[in-house]
Amino acid sequence: MSPTKLNLKDKYKLLTRDLDWEFSYEDRQEAFPYEEFEGIKITDWDKWEDPFRLTMDAYWKYQAEKEKKLYAIYDAFSQNNGHTNVTDARYVNAIKLFLTGVSPGEHAAHLGFAFTGRQMGGIGARVAAQMQSIDELRHIQTQIHAMSHYNKFFDGFDEFNHMHDRVWYLSVPKSFFEDARTAGPFEFMVAIGFSFEYVLTNLLFVPFMSGAAYNGDMATVTFGFSAQSDEARHMTLGLEIIKFLLEQHEDNVPIVQKWLDKWLWRGYRLLTLVAMMMDYMLPQKFMSWQEAWELYFEDAGGALFKDLERYGIKMPDYTETIKQEKEHLSHQAWWTFYQYTHAAAFHTWTPSSDEMDWLSEKYPNTFDKYYRPRWELAAEMEAKGERFYTTGLPQLCQTCQIPMMFTEVDDPSQVAYRESVYNDERFHFCSDPCKSIFDNEPEKYVHAWLPVHQILQGNCGGGGLDKVIEYYHLDNGAANLEFEGSPDAERWKQWKGVA
Amino acid sequence: MTIEIKTSTMKPVRNTYAHIQRRFGDKPATRYQEATYDVHSTHNFHYKPLWDQERELNDPARTAVVMADWYDLKDPRQFYYGPYVQNRAKMQETAENNFSFFEKRGLAAGLDEVLRAKIIETVIPMRHAEVAANLNNMYGTAHGTGTAVTQALIFEAMDRFGNAQYFSKIGLALDDNTGSSLVEAKQHWMSNPIWQGLRAYCEKTLTIKDWFEAFIAQDIVLDTLINDLYYRQFDVWLTANGGRDLLLLMEFMQQRAKESQRWSDSVLKSVVAESEHNANQIRAWISTWRIRAQEALAPLANALLCEQALAEAFSVLEQRLGKVGLGH
Repeated sequence: MSPTKLNLKDKYKLLTRDLDWEFSYEDRQEAFPYEEFEGIKITDWDKWEDPFRLTMDAYWKYQAEKEKKLYAIYDAFSQNNGHTNVTDARYVNAIKLFLTGVSPGEHAAHLGFAFTGRQMGGIGARVAAQMQSIDELRHIQTQIHAMSHYNKFFDGFDEFNHMHDRVWYLSVPKSFFEDARTAGPFEFMVAIGFSFEYVLTNLLFVPFMSGAAYNGDMATVTFGFSAQSDEARHMTLGLEIIKFLLEQHEDNVPIVQKWLDKWLWRGYRLLTLVAMMMDYMLPQKFMSWQEAWELYFEDAGGALFKDLERYGIKMPDYTETIKQEKEHLSHQAWWTFYQYTHAAAFHTWTPSSDEMDWLSEKYPNTFDKYYRPRWELAAEMEAKGERFYTTGLPQLCQTCQIPMMFTEVDDPSQVAYRESVYNDERFHFCSDPCKSIFDNEPEKYVHAWLPVHQILQGNCGGGGLDKVIEYYHLDNGAANLEFEGSPDAERWKQWKGVA
Repeated sequence: MTIEIKTSTMKPVRNTYAHIQRRFGDKPATRYQEATYDVHSTHNFHYKPLWDQERELNDPARTAVVMADWYDLKDPRQFYYGPYVQNRAKMQETAENNFSFFEKRGLAAGLDEVLRAKIIETVIPMRHAEVAANLNNMYGTAHGTGTAVTQALIFEAMDRFGNAQYFSKIGLALDDNTGSSLVEAKQHWMSNPIWQGLRAYCEKTLTIKDWFEAFIAQDIVLDTLINDLYYRQFDVWLTANGGRDLLLLMEFMQQRAKESQRWSDSVLKSVVAESEHNANQIRAWISTWRIRAQEALAPLANALLCEQALAEAFSVLEQRLGKVGLGH
């Protein structure tokens, strides 16, 4: 009798799982030394279910096909001056924010998954992480190439990586990814693999890509479509990691719960930038922040947490806070950037009256009551030639690093402040969750590189604001300040033949 | 005859990103340049890694070798993600055709039983050694400095995982897709004396802390020897001993090894040329790892080829090192 041929699943197992072996000559812990310090208990790596079954040859084949198509579009885009086809030059500021704020995060994710792809003890999980790592490299590189053409015609793109390491608001995404990368391998997987990629992708990646689609940005939206199947793989990995950790040992449950509480909040705070992009920066809007939050987090996330309940996981208890904030977030953020745009690498502007009407309609409880009057005043001052900027430095939250601009949940006229004392030093926070994240790991968060503190200590070029702007490599008068009258705006008028 | 379509060219404000301009001037840049240079974060790190509180993230001090500019380690192949996957997609297409040809023509049946057993004993267990190569290169991606070298390292890592799968597929081609050859090969890897040296070497490399030392132990010392033994000497042996058809199945790995060596040579050359300090450090690493490699590979090279085989491979290693100024 001839032995039976392998089915696909067993074959894949032989091509991955079976490649690993039990060590005889070295202590396996020396090779995988970071598996235990986080307190996670892995009893059997064999229980890992491969989230996707992709051999390397298939990976090369599919990805090469996608790359070929993507770069053909990039070439056509620049050949045909695709940058002149966007809805309006103001739109381009959204993708400046993307290249300076989000793209370097792709690279950080690439390095983080390389770390877990090397360090996790189970080969199934390692291979999945390695594939995500190389995908993330793809994303940073294809994003740099997508924006390369815009960089030739608009200001604010050209110093993206220098700025990412230095500029005040970019420390929000930078510290987010560094927080994950400095954690242990399992926390990283929960932070980026699950909380970020699985739960929040639809609120970060998707809004930028939908914004591109609605605003005639062929290069960015084509990248988005091309990355979609990568993202789908990343999401299945995220879900597998969480289920695997929870099923391995009951002692993992409280640890994972603590990480979920931390990372969903960290991620949510990061999305402040997206909220403002959606509601204020897109000339052609596709959805309000509030609608996106309700659809993708409250509905979809709610169902997910229902599903996780059987493991003893519950929805973080601050979701009520977020519910209250969703009607305020984008307005407070854009208002902050409006005032500090002299120190930012994109332009800001007051919403037009049509846009204000859209905001009133989308935010009936808050816009007219709290925010319209501010914008009308700003527009009035601008009309008189008194466009205003705030020159003082804001206080930053020690955890999320966003300026203190969020208001108390029950009183939108009162900015929220929280504080903790650690080693006789006082630390400030924007909210209860940010404070509790700090209180759980103060020894970690005291090392945060807070841009405003650093400016005050003279570590950002020393001296006054002009020195800081120089330290940022911010092309003063071109990349920053009000949109109206900027070189971007002037060039756009010329291209479009508007006097 | 050519025809010319008139397009409207707009004069750009700048030709490329500022950090690319600082390196190469304000002129149109290549996609390799924009995808590679200065992509690594270098300043103002926020927290101490819980897994290494002594150093920062992206800390160049994770190796003892020192470079004024880590972007000197550029890839002569100019691989960034796109060209890398497209190049490998082409190679795998050839490999796929080779494997189906091998299967369609029933070439496995033409191998004599002794040769078939020899392949399972001395070749297929390489699938496990390739996993160590995957991990050592991944280690460099995670801890190395500068995208020029870290991206090339992840390409190498993924390649080596691909190799592990190709070695496994050779087994499946020989056992009619039952997997029995892989079970056998794993037993050889775990307990056959000819493999224990290499297995110990692989396990040892996985405990190296310095990422550039891991590159030396894996990509320079071990791979030069393995490449010569398996992809040159054994290639000749197979041709002479009725195993010519198997070369079809080894072609991907052979071509890839040759190409990858161009890259690793250039990395080694730049790091050695940088300073006497680097050259000395690398000499020290090489002298340790070559002794280990000698012990590790002697029984395997002997079983695969003959007693002189390893000495021949070592002379290739000497030449390679000599070319970058590391000769005796």
